[in-house]
Amino acid sequence: MKTSLKKWTEDYGLFLLAVLLIVSGWEWAVREAMIPAFILPAPSAIWAALLENKQLLFEEHLPATLKEVLIGFGLSVIAGLILGVGMHFSRSIEKVLYPLLVISQTVPLIAISPIFIMWFGYSIWSKIAVTLLTAFFPIVVSTYDGLKTGGDEYRELLLTMGANRWTIFQKIQLPMALPAIFSGLKLSVVYCVVGATIGEWLGASEGLGYFSRRMSGNLQADSVFAAIFLLSMLGIVLFLLIGLLEKQVLKNKNRFN
Amino acid sequence: MLSIHGLAYSFEKEKPIFHGLTLDVNQGEFVSIIGTSGSGKSTLFKLVTGLLEPNQGDILIDGQKTGKRLGSVGYMPQKDLLLPWRTVLENVLLPLEVTKEHKQTRIPEIREWLSRFGLAEFEKAYPNELSGGMKQRVAFLRTLMTGKELLLLDEPFGALDSMTKRNMHKWLLGLWGELQKTVLFITHDLEEAILLSDRVYVLQAPGIKELKVNLPRPRSSQLIYQSEFLTMRKELEMLIHNEN
Repeated sequence: MKTSLKKWTEDYGLFLLAVLLIVSGWEWAVREAMIPAFILPAPSAIWAALLENKQLLFEEHLPATLKEVLIGFGLSVIAGLILGVGMHFSRSIEKVLYPLLVISQTVPLIAISPIFIMWFGYSIWSKIAVTLLTAFFPIVVSTYDGLKTGGDEYRELLLTMGANRWTIFQKIQLPMALPAIFSGLKLSVVYCVVGATIGEWLGASEGLGYFSRRMSGNLQADSVFAAIFLLSMLGIVLFLLIGLLEKQVLKNKNRFN
Repeated sequence: MLSIHGLAYSFEKEKPIFHGLTLDVNQGEFVSIIGTSGSGKSTLFKLVTGLLEPNQGDILIDGQKTGKRLGSVGYMPQKDLLLPWRTVLENVLLPLEVTKEHKQTRIPEIREWLSRFGLAEFEKAYPNELSGGMKQRVAFLRTLMTGKELLLLDEPFGALDSMTKRNMHKWLLGLWGELQKTVLFITHDLEEAILLSDRVYVLQAPGIKELKVNLPRPRSSQLIYQSEFLTMRKELEMLIHNEN
């Protein structure tokens, strides 16, 4: 017990200390230097705004954003895995798709989002479309690249045993790609929060992005920061959850070397 | 068991590694191939396993000129290539999974092999918990489990230190009588080649030379200190240097 506490302090102590210093410095600066609250609210004011709006934030806007993030992430995983595996199995698919995928990432979201609004209206699907567009790409790339690391030697060994492509995929390439795929998932889930927020900024009637936009219109910086704080927490929690899942799945797979 | 006639192979736009190569391996024989690096030993194995196709010539396995050789011989590569996320037992089961054989019925047999290989307590261990010699034994057992009559072993002891290697020789010689397999063995260790083999082929581009090892079986690893062994070794060295 004592050693685990010690390890915990070693791992996170320095970070927490830094956060504490920054937050107190921030609080002090705002109070002493008289920075107007609509430019930079004090941490205590942000906390107060969070508590003040807690019902609205936790019961309406956070669930709305979470729903968009989860549906968007789910679709990103499905699309990303299918595209990554498809490109791995077929050179023609790869040749057609890879440039298109890269192009899809160079399109500025802000520019394309009015089109999403035209297609999907203010429904949840316009937000999910933005989320999907930001979040599927890391999964495709990590899946495709991960499957390539499978190693020719292992492939040849299985070929001499009479294995077909599917068996090699199942027994060697997929397990070897898992660490890379999980890196992609972790990136993607964070992007999902970003994507959902952007989608809400561009047109929505609920969600943390919508809330923060409305509050910024009212010059209520403390409420804007409160929403940002929640969004960042949401991203961190989802990231940690995927990390936990990764640890479970790769328990024996990280025995490389 | 295996016969190769007039084999020619070259990598794209390079000069041929083999030209008119001919060799035979009879059933139950242990045959070694020695040769300098780059003489094409590993390429020869890839041709026999079916990973590569020859430019010319025939490769007959069991007298059959099969179109598809993949999956017809047991191949043990230089590196152990054990899957790090599988236990020893699961690694050994891999060939059965590939051919979709029923695994459960074979497990008692595999357990017996594991104990004969000195690996009984390591059934549930992962490769990173094993020593180099143990990993090679697991890889060898995995090769056996392909159930093929002809085994191609590509420098299986090449990466081991000399003491471990000595132990592996002792172990393999002790096992040989009951194995009932045919082995084609790559090495560049002359002593190892003579100690283990019935015949030795010397591969020196573009030809091949043969030496019969007339030493009685069963052999012990102590054989290397006896005079007939030394004579044999001298003969082999002469064969190699005459070629140069």
